[in-house]
Amino acid sequence: MDARTAEPLLEISGLKTYFKTDDGTVRAVDGVDLAIGRGEVLGVVGESGCGKSVTAHTVLKLIQMPPGKINDGRILWQGRDLVPLDLEEMRKIRSKEIAIIFQEPMTSLNPVYTVGEQIAEVVREHEHASRREALDRAVEMLRLVQIPTPERRVHDYPHQFSGGMRQRVMIAMALSCNPKLLIADEPTTALDVTIQAQILDLLGEMKERFGMAIMLITHDMGVVAETAQRVVVMYAGRVVEEASVEELFDRPLHPYTQGLIRSIPRVDRAADQRARLEAISGTVPSLLDPPPGCRFAARCKFATAACTQAAPDLREVEPGHKVACILY
Amino acid sequence: MAGSTRASPIVEPATGVPIAVAAPRRHVTPGREAWRRFRRHRLAVLSAGILMTMIVAVVFGPLIWRVPINEIDFAAMLESPSWAHPLGTDDLGQDLLARMMYGGRISLAVGLAAMTMAVVVGTLVGAVAGVSRGRVDAGLMWLTDLFLSLPQLPLLLLIIYLFRDSLKEVAGPEMGTFVLIVVVIGGFRWMPVARLVRAQFFSLRERDFVEAARALGASTLRQVVRHILPNALGPVIVAGTIDVAAAIIAESTLSFLGLGFPPDIPTWGRILYDAKDYLDVAPHWALFAGGAIFLAVLSINYIGDGLRDALDPRRVM
Amino acid sequence: MTQPLLRVNDLVKNFALKGGILGRIVDEVHAVDQVSFDLSAGETLGLVGESGSGKSTTGRCILRLIEPTAGEIWFEGRDIVKLDAKELGALRRDMQIIFQDPYASLNPRMTVGAIVGEALIIHGLAKSRRAIEERVVELLETVGLGADHMRRYPHEFSGGQRQRIGIARALAVSPKLIVCDEPVSALDVSIQAQVINLLEDLQKEFGLTYLFIAHDLSVVEHICTRVAVMYLGRLVEIASSRDLYTRPLHPYTEALLSAVPVPAPRAKRQRIRLEGEVPNPINPPTGCHFHARCPIRQLPLCSTEKPQLKRAADGHWVACHLRG
Repeated sequence: MDARTAEPLLEISGLKTYFKTDDGTVRAVDGVDLAIGRGEVLGVVGESGCGKSVTAHTVLKLIQMPPGKINDGRILWQGRDLVPLDLEEMRKIRSKEIAIIFQEPMTSLNPVYTVGEQIAEVVREHEHASRREALDRAVEMLRLVQIPTPERRVHDYPHQFSGGMRQRVMIAMALSCNPKLLIADEPTTALDVTIQAQILDLLGEMKERFGMAIMLITHDMGVVAETAQRVVVMYAGRVVEEASVEELFDRPLHPYTQGLIRSIPRVDRAADQRARLEAISGTVPSLLDPPPGCRFAARCKFATAACTQAAPDLREVEPGHKVACILY
Repeated sequence: MAGSTRASPIVEPATGVPIAVAAPRRHVTPGREAWRRFRRHRLAVLSAGILMTMIVAVVFGPLIWRVPINEIDFAAMLESPSWAHPLGTDDLGQDLLARMMYGGRISLAVGLAAMTMAVVVGTLVGAVAGVSRGRVDAGLMWLTDLFLSLPQLPLLLLIIYLFRDSLKEVAGPEMGTFVLIVVVIGGFRWMPVARLVRAQFFSLRERDFVEAARALGASTLRQVVRHILPNALGPVIVAGTIDVAAAIIAESTLSFLGLGFPPDIPTWGRILYDAKDYLDVAPHWALFAGGAIFLAVLSINYIGDGLRDALDPRRVM
Repeated sequence: MTQPLLRVNDLVKNFALKGGILGRIVDEVHAVDQVSFDLSAGETLGLVGESGSGKSTTGRCILRLIEPTAGEIWFEGRDIVKLDAKELGALRRDMQIIFQDPYASLNPRMTVGAIVGEALIIHGLAKSRRAIEERVVELLETVGLGADHMRRYPHEFSGGQRQRIGIARALAVSPKLIVCDEPVSALDVSIQAQVINLLEDLQKEFGLTYLFIAHDLSVVEHICTRVAVMYLGRLVEIASSRDLYTRPLHPYTEALLSAVPVPAPRAKRQRIRLEGEVPNPINPPTGCHFHARCPIRQLPLCSTEKPQLKRAADGHWVACHLRG
């Protein structure tokens, strides 16, 4: 929390990313505010289509434009707005300052180059290093992410690695230029639980070592609870709640957050405490014609007529706890 | 929730990681959805318009332009386009517009018929191979490879040379040649379709919805007819359109080599063949015939492009 | 002692890997290796394990969507491995499956009505078009959809709704056993809960028996009465849901449970970290399949002797040399 007293590393305000489709404009991200302090682990949770991934991809301008477009908002990276930057300037920031890892590492690794060549390429893109030095760095990075016999594996191709090992390679590549922020977009969703645990541990260790901030995007409340310090909950393109992880799970304020937490079956509760799950009825509203008021109103138990009038702002109701709901 | 229906179109960012964005869908059938996507392909829509115009022209044109195709008029030899002969005349003073329309009927009919044959044979072979696997599959694929490795043009010429006369006797010169050419062209173009269908079957039969049908107790025939085939046909239709173009070219080639239809029956290829000796004095003659072939083939290829976009199974899913 | 609805005895499934121009069998994937368990009518047995554990293959063998290599599968007193095509057709009315991916499990070219009604036509369960339609509407309403959805196509529905359609299709034949193959793992959390609740309601209403295949241990714990844990083709532990989660015996089960992230940030749990990854099922390790990653292994015993499933407590079975 002390990280928030200083100037944040990344500060997103009023961000709107829209996509033009045949049916109309999809408001994938519709006014998102969030900030990450130095060395902080921020969890961004929400269900598919809530805009969490689009937000992250917008930060690095990895959105295909068109059909995508940043319609409004600012992305302040250490005080500098990234929105007006062109691709050339963005490239200098990618990997070097902000790196990203994806859910399915196979699609982000080029199958025809060895992993060593790919890591070395990232290094050489941003630093003056000879091929030899860059390859040495690749070996060192692979060792750091605990890939056995890195001197040998550096010459292997992506398909020769298992899913968990590939994610390690991705992490090695992302960290090879010592970024200040790592965006991890569902990094463990495609992995088995025991492998997921390994990768989450690894991310924690890497954070200790490199001191970078992590923006962890996930749909898994458990992963957030065990990894993040602060959490942003997104719903239908907007932030509905933001709090420290303990606060969020102890006293969730937004009805959506409450519903989300209650709808998860818990392995840590005794089996005989089993009760019927509290499902949130209905489905996520369309982002094509979002309802004017609170986007959760149609599924909300506490909704009143006022909820459908105007969208509630994200307000700090308690120190460090923000919520966008008229109940507070 | 019962009233709300939505699907997730995939918006792919530059990284290739799909991001699902919820969007509503009106109640549309897959067919109408495909038409909607086809319409977005402007060149394909334009091409479809051109092809339709050509078909209408060759089918109904002769009913309006009632000049006979074989009226010889030595007074009007090799004339350039005029009001009396909008497309000019040939070396015998025959009206080219009439001949072009008549020839278009044959050329387009050959194209469509040969395509139909290629698609039907190919689908049959591919489907049987795809369903049976094992020995039958290996045998059929061996046959397909064999056909693919045959030198087609020489063989085509040989077959036509050998069978043309006997078929003419049975079915008359026009019908006999038509059947022969369609069978020969179609018979050499089914292999890609067969391979395509087999590959589709192999991937589709592993799909959950086919497995679900199997779990429900659906017979193999039902699985194929209701579940696999309808989902395999998209790429086949695309391949089929390209086959129409290829068949038109093949017919033109044969006619150009003098092995297609007899001289008194004009097809576009035949007209081009006859025109080649007069390129310097009557360029319009070759130009109209060549232009018609060019335009038809180009249009069909663009329609194929449009259909590929419209029927792409990844988008239909 | 009543007879179980389903009894699986030493089920084995090897997939042949063919190679070379002659298509000879060059290798075998040992997907399921001598798996045995019982399933009583009305209960829900969870089958958990990570990818490559053989849990899905086991489910498909039971439905005979995949032909088992060896073993017996007794369903209501008949060994269904020996059934001929006609008897198998009739068996399809008793056993059904619900798939993981709601986007892949529905034929995109059929209307929802045709998808749900197909089984009625195949088995002649409705006499007329009208009767089929009525039954389809009834089924759709059972799963929380409506008659107006009948003429729509799958792509018009969300993931959760599609899963409901898949469930309606399975219910059409009024089955006794439903193999649920990861039925909620492709769904969002809030939708997951809806589908889990639906499955529980349907079980009560129709007296269904579920074989619930999943990798998500929290979901399994919630819905299952008993749980069987698989690792690399073998069953390593089977116990009542409560026993397994409170007193896991097999070191793999322990590690698996401790690896599940829990939505309680204040809980400081001791995570058992497993080294390495699941080995290749083409060449599984000798002895106990888990020995290479096991934190409590004793060599050479664990690397040479295959542990048999033995009874550790009432209804609690474990395959470990050192536990139970």
